[in-house]
Amino acid sequence: MVKQLASGLRAAGKTVARACVAALAGVAPAMAAWDLNMPEGVTELSRKIYDLHMLIFLVCVAIAVVVFGAMIYFIWRFRKSQGAVADTNLTHSTSVEIVWTVVPVVILVAMAVPAARTLIDIEDTRNSELTIKVTGYQWKWHYDYIDDGVSFFSTLARSSDAARQLGSGVDPNTVPHYLLEVDQPLVLPAGTKVRVLLTANDVIHAWWVPDFGMKKDAIPGFVNELWIRIDDDKTGLYRGQCAELCGRDHGFMPVVVDVKSKDDFAAWLAARKEEARQAKAPQAPAPAPAASPASASTQPEVAQPESGQPAAATVAQTN
Amino acid sequence: MAYKQATHASADHSHHDEKPSGITRWLFTTNHKDIGTMYLVFSGIMFFVGGAMALVIRAELFQPGLQVVDPGLFNTMTTMHALIMIFGAVMPGWVGLANWMIPMQIGAPDMALPRMNNYSFWILPFAFTLLLSTLFLPGGGPAGGWTLYPPLSLQAGDSLPLTIFAIHLMGASSIMGAINVIVTIMNLRMKEMSLLHLPLFVWTWLITAYLLIAVMPVLAGAVTMLLTDKYFGTSFFNAAGGGDPVLFQHIFWFFGHPEVYILILPAFGIVSEIIPTFSRKPLFGYDAMVYAVASIAFLSFIVWAHHMFTVGMPLAGQLFFMLATMLIAVPTGVKVFNWTATMWKGSLTFEPPMLFALAFLFLFTIGGFSGLMLAIVPADFQYHDTYFVVAHFHYVLVPGAIFGIMAGVYYWLPKWTGHMYDMKLATWHFWLSTIFVNVLFFPQHFLGLAGMPRRIPDYATQFADWNMWSSLGAFGFGLSQLLFPYIIYKCVKGGQKATDDVWEGSHGLEWLLPSPPPYHSWNDPPAVKFSEEPGEFDPHAGAGGKH
Repeated sequence: MVKQLASGLRAAGKTVARACVAALAGVAPAMAAWDLNMPEGVTELSRKIYDLHMLIFLVCVAIAVVVFGAMIYFIWRFRKSQGAVADTNLTHSTSVEIVWTVVPVVILVAMAVPAARTLIDIEDTRNSELTIKVTGYQWKWHYDYIDDGVSFFSTLARSSDAARQLGSGVDPNTVPHYLLEVDQPLVLPAGTKVRVLLTANDVIHAWWVPDFGMKKDAIPGFVNELWIRIDDDKTGLYRGQCAELCGRDHGFMPVVVDVKSKDDFAAWLAARKEEARQAKAPQAPAPAPAASPASASTQPEVAQPESGQPAAATVAQTN
Repeated sequence: MAYKQATHASADHSHHDEKPSGITRWLFTTNHKDIGTMYLVFSGIMFFVGGAMALVIRAELFQPGLQVVDPGLFNTMTTMHALIMIFGAVMPGWVGLANWMIPMQIGAPDMALPRMNNYSFWILPFAFTLLLSTLFLPGGGPAGGWTLYPPLSLQAGDSLPLTIFAIHLMGASSIMGAINVIVTIMNLRMKEMSLLHLPLFVWTWLITAYLLIAVMPVLAGAVTMLLTDKYFGTSFFNAAGGGDPVLFQHIFWFFGHPEVYILILPAFGIVSEIIPTFSRKPLFGYDAMVYAVASIAFLSFIVWAHHMFTVGMPLAGQLFFMLATMLIAVPTGVKVFNWTATMWKGSLTFEPPMLFALAFLFLFTIGGFSGLMLAIVPADFQYHDTYFVVAHFHYVLVPGAIFGIMAGVYYWLPKWTGHMYDMKLATWHFWLSTIFVNVLFFPQHFLGLAGMPRRIPDYATQFADWNMWSSLGAFGFGLSQLLFPYIIYKCVKGGQKATDDVWEGSHGLEWLLPSPPPYHSWNDPPAVKFSEEPGEFDPHAGAGGKH
């Protein structure tokens, strides 16, 4: 029932939002979007979260209509200027007070049940098919496909970086995906349960893509986890940002995820593995047996997160 | 009427108001009214300093791209704006009102600990000088957010120890103020006044004072641990040394959540004074209001982790903090319903204090709704650290706490000065503030839902439109506030003579004193009779019947 209600409301909400956007578009024709609401997203969890959001929002709207309605009516009805005389004996009413204590409790319990159910789903990271380790740095992200030996940094695109300097003179509207573009996006397969491990190298960051519904802190010395399963048909680019204040350039470390079909992803990963292997190979000179392959990496960042990791690192409990 | 004669008799007693003139009156004063005035003036100054910083933030966010400040200074502005508004504007504002009103409302001559009262005020200018001086240090002021989360806050330069010492001073000042309030209410209130006869403003301040004593030392502990982590080689919050950065967040929010009620509970009290006065009717459900405030205060100690749902807590922990947080909606709802019911069958007029109290009622409730939404953990994973949160806490703090202070000032100003203020101008102040505060903060809900993180100096172009509106609202709101000191100044200088009652429906002991009141409020408590039933003293209800 909750689901039906939520999906009905979702449709209604969209219509209203569209109407508002259309109305406002007349006011500011050249401007981009007048987004009003949370995106529904492209994962199992993001839709559940969106439904919960709409449900609690509409519960609030319903209560607001009643409470604000009463306030406005009283303000209008009992104006002294219209001859209203105060009834000073109206000081309490036990029955009314019980009603307005119990009714909110019932509404809250009704809200808590679906919220708890969704939360249990969110925390269930079992049976994942792919694990990615995400490490936050000041101010970029590092992605590590830990079972495949592929890893890379992802930093703000140069076009955005040039435009965002104080007094750069570049109009951000001319920069494609201003502040939401990176040099190398994280690549994920659609239709796959992906477990994301999160940690950080310096200060606390938070990894967030609104379309995936999830946000979690990346904390130095600790490992957090979350999971996402992107719908099969929702390939494409998704954008988000660091959400935890992490210093000077906190606003300039976007998250961009390129979602590919399973086959395309497999091909991409194979190519990257091959690249990584070749990058190592020519550097391992035959007459120097002392040099271990690991230390000869041309991608110093591969080793960096590990060495930056304190020995006492523990996995945060997530049940 | 008997109580009137008693009033004037006692007022005559207190005409030997000897006070030194000039600066020494203010430096060495132990008088609750002088100290209250200094607190309020200080709060007003800090409100404009913090507000100027907010305008720097909103100027930078007016359009995408960096035009005004560099990201480092932007972060300093957000950090300082919060610290100054919370510790410099709102908290001293409440202490100022407490100083002025509590002795007058409970039939006491002054605060119980007058020298400590002087001390607790005069610490503040030093604390804020210390804090503001960090702006001129090489490396700038603190830029890690007012929440001071390590490891980021530990990356600060010399501003860190100065900020920490400033926070210690503010904390010491708050604790002394709180002790003074508790001792005054418990020991100096007139004998006939039982606890369930206390005016709601006194009740809410009593509970606030206990919250202050409970949590300010926790904040002091947390920032001291930061200090030792930075300078003395400890590793409380450093994983490499066996510590935990999240530990700081737990300690901080154990302070921080009661702190938000410290900021809002006295506003509940003021609104509970004003709505009955201008409805010409006693407060509906007086005892329920007291119990609701007490429940909110208790719950404030067990909900702290809802500020940090994304740190990766065990499922059971998340569920507990979600349920406990949702529970707060119940006593808060009771309060809103009781205020609304007070207007039922009332006789309403809309003088400036009532207008601000009504704006509080509507807009604080909106902040309550978004708070309820934020309590839903899965949805919070989307809302957390976005402008939705910024909109939420500004709705409860600006039209909540700040409007509460303004309502209180407009309510009692004629009593303090003996003059009526310019009602027309104050009504303008109200309408401009209320309209602009919504233009300022309402669009921030949309920005947050659409995905704009908080604490960023620059943003993607799809957020441009609502940010522009928000900035326009901010400048409108900021400029309208200039009316406030002007109206007060004019009122202090002169104006139509205020009666002792001031408002037709006023209730409570403070209105039995002349306007302006004598230097020492009640040398002898007034000869008034309290009802058998719980509730504030109300001269109008006395004739009518049982109340």
